Amino acid sequence: MTFEIPRETNTGKIVEVTLGATAREGGTRSHTVTIGGSAALPFHFFEGNHSHRPVVAMEVFDKAHPKFPDALRDYFGEVLDKPGDMAKKCVSEYGAELISVRLEGTHPEKGNKSAEEAAEIVKQVLGSVSVPIIVTGHSHFEKINQVMKKVCEIAEGENCLINYVETDNYKTIAAACIAYNHTLVAQSPIDVNLAKQLNILLTDMDFPAERIVMDPLTGSLGYGLEYTYSIMERIRIDGLAGDKMLAFPMLVNPGYESALVKEARAEESDYPEWGSTEIRGAYWEIATAMSLLVSGAELLIMYHPKAVEAIKAKIKEMYGSRNGD
Amino acid sequence: MALSGLDIFKLLPKTNCGECGVPTCMAFAMKLAQKKAELSECPYASEDAKTTLGAASEPPIRLVKIGSGNTAEVGNETVMFRHEKTFFHQTGIAIELCTSEGKNKLLEKIKEIENYGVERVGETLTADLYLITHDSSDPEDCLSAIKLAKEHSTKGIILNCRDDKTLREGLEIIKDDRPAILLQKELSDKDIELAVSFDGSLILTGHSYDDIDGQAKKAKAAGLNSLILNLESDNLGRQIQDNTILRRSALKKNIKSFGYPLFSYVRAENNFDLLARASALICKYASIIALPEYDKALLYSLFTLRQNIFTDPQKPIQVDPKVYPVGDPTPESPIFITTNFSLSYFMVSGEIENSGISAHLVVADAEGQSVLTAWAAGKFNGETIAKFIKDIKLEEQVKTRKIVIPGFVSMISGDLEENLPGWEVIVGCQEASDIPSFVKNVQLT
Repeated sequence: MTFEIPRETNTGKIVEVTLGATAREGGTRSHTVTIGGSAALPFHFFEGNHSHRPVVAMEVFDKAHPKFPDALRDYFGEVLDKPGDMAKKCVSEYGAELISVRLEGTHPEKGNKSAEEAAEIVKQVLGSVSVPIIVTGHSHFEKINQVMKKVCEIAEGENCLINYVETDNYKTIAAACIAYNHTLVAQSPIDVNLAKQLNILLTDMDFPAERIVMDPLTGSLGYGLEYTYSIMERIRIDGLAGDKMLAFPMLVNPGYESALVKEARAEESDYPEWGSTEIRGAYWEIATAMSLLVSGAELLIMYHPKAVEAIKAKIKEMYGSRNGD
Repeated sequence: MALSGLDIFKLLPKTNCGECGVPTCMAFAMKLAQKKAELSECPYASEDAKTTLGAASEPPIRLVKIGSGNTAEVGNETVMFRHEKTFFHQTGIAIELCTSEGKNKLLEKIKEIENYGVERVGETLTADLYLITHDSSDPEDCLSAIKLAKEHSTKGIILNCRDDKTLREGLEIIKDDRPAILLQKELSDKDIELAVSFDGSLILTGHSYDDIDGQAKKAKAAGLNSLILNLESDNLGRQIQDNTILRRSALKKNIKSFGYPLFSYVRAENNFDLLARASALICKYASIIALPEYDKALLYSLFTLRQNIFTDPQKPIQVDPKVYPVGDPTPESPIFITTNFSLSYFMVSGEIENSGISAHLVVADAEGQSVLTAWAAGKFNGETIAKFIKDIKLEEQVKTRKIVIPGFVSMISGDLEENLPGWEVIVGCQEASDIPSFVKNVQLT
């Protein structure tokens, strides 16, 4: 027989979102990174184009989480507490395509660093690397609003990805993003309708669609991954079917989520059947990231250098020369 | 063309004899329409019904079994996405045993794998199959490896042996154990004869859709239905795409020659790469994956992923209702309560851990429902919680007499105090993510 491949064409297309800005666009990045643009489900190359391949970011900290596993300290040592130096190392040694600066230390109960201090750290990272920057916050509304406003202001024109707003707290940060030309992450708790609602709220305040990235909220492997996985598939299917309020690229956090689970830290002597502690953390992150990749993630913020290497290699293998870069 | 339950009902005898195991013909017709039954289960089906229903009543993807003790069952899937219903038969994980490793090393490896199992949310996760690869020259190596596996294990065996005579002798050893044969060359009549006479299944290897189609048709024409398809590609993107196309063709286009489980031998440069490949294949339709390595940490990650992906989305995983220690709690540590919906448990225990304190987490039996759903259904209220706390004899385990309830069910606090004399109820935060700040601001003991 001559087998005819059953193709299903989509009417919708995922919005293309560009992160970062070069001098020409009013920023100081050496290049920009564009995500999105898919007209088919992940890896369905036979029925639609993927204009851009998924990208891998790494994260640096204003204050490293005390629970991070030793494996991370082994790789980063003291630079774990030096965001500028760590960013440089992530880009030059481990091939990070973007850097996320996590400002957890600004949380009133986790150090209460001021908005000015946070802005200084972001500035420092912008100075130490030339890739586009993500700025990642937390859920203390009052404080993060202050912090993000300041960050947006000092990074004006850099088109940072401001991570994140949620339904109960979006106006201040979204307005700052519009005023100072940044892109925004809309985070919702593992639910298609809530995700859609937040995107509608944002576009209702004239937030430009080409500057929205969705975060469906990542559950790590073994900790609710299957919910994230299926919500992402459903969001992507609806987005491709023409629901414009779900047709945004998706960001996930396999690094942060995997670094905090017990499986990344527990000693092999306590759990012999779990295997080597040294590599288990990287494995946990790889399995999390890979499943999110096949369910629709375009931007992955990752931690373990070995996991970054493996996932980047797979993205390259899977997308090959199909897509420009 | 898929037939509706009513279309099928018209073709049945309508005698409601019940011999098919279903009380009425209508109910049987509905089962047939959902591809949960086969027409052959009706002893009185007319020739007409058989012809009309023939193809339509078979499951779109065959169920294939390997092994007789711990049988691995794969295939019989009905949807492309797990949220549409569920994925029914989890990916079988096969560990490769190469005859070149030598008898002693193989024995050691088999014993280790047999003893290996890891507990996760009430399930013991283990490898399912062995792939015995004859990569040394002496036929005796192959036979002795098969004997070792048979003697020390009840897992199913897939044989990968290029020498016909050795293969036949090997199959003789495990002829009662539903073996599988991995063919790496074009299917021949001899292969079909072997599979049929040893009641085994054949894994067909092909390099194009047409190639696979031709081989599957040939085997089926010869009466062999236990087939597994191995469409080879070195590129992971290509593999996912191929798996998707084969599954979609079988489910939506009713292409019978693709309606079989899918096999992948995972080759990789290193174990990080191996895990990345295997993870993608578990998500995207591989029915069996064979791994060249035995690495506990890698298997634990893969098993967990497999458990996540193959969980029925309509029946969330429940955790055992009991008291869980978070950190190293003492009898004086704070006490939290939530339901036994796995995600609630994971979120709450994770955030208590993040907060840096040690505590007792009481996971109440709410039939796996989340806090608000369980409350609305009357399964998580003052009365049920008090009863649960008494049943598990919590007062004998701890000295604390304060309990933190989820903020979403603040309305039950009075009721709970009434039902639980001597206890003080503290209304906690609504979102688990707020636990770290909650514990800093509230006196919990």
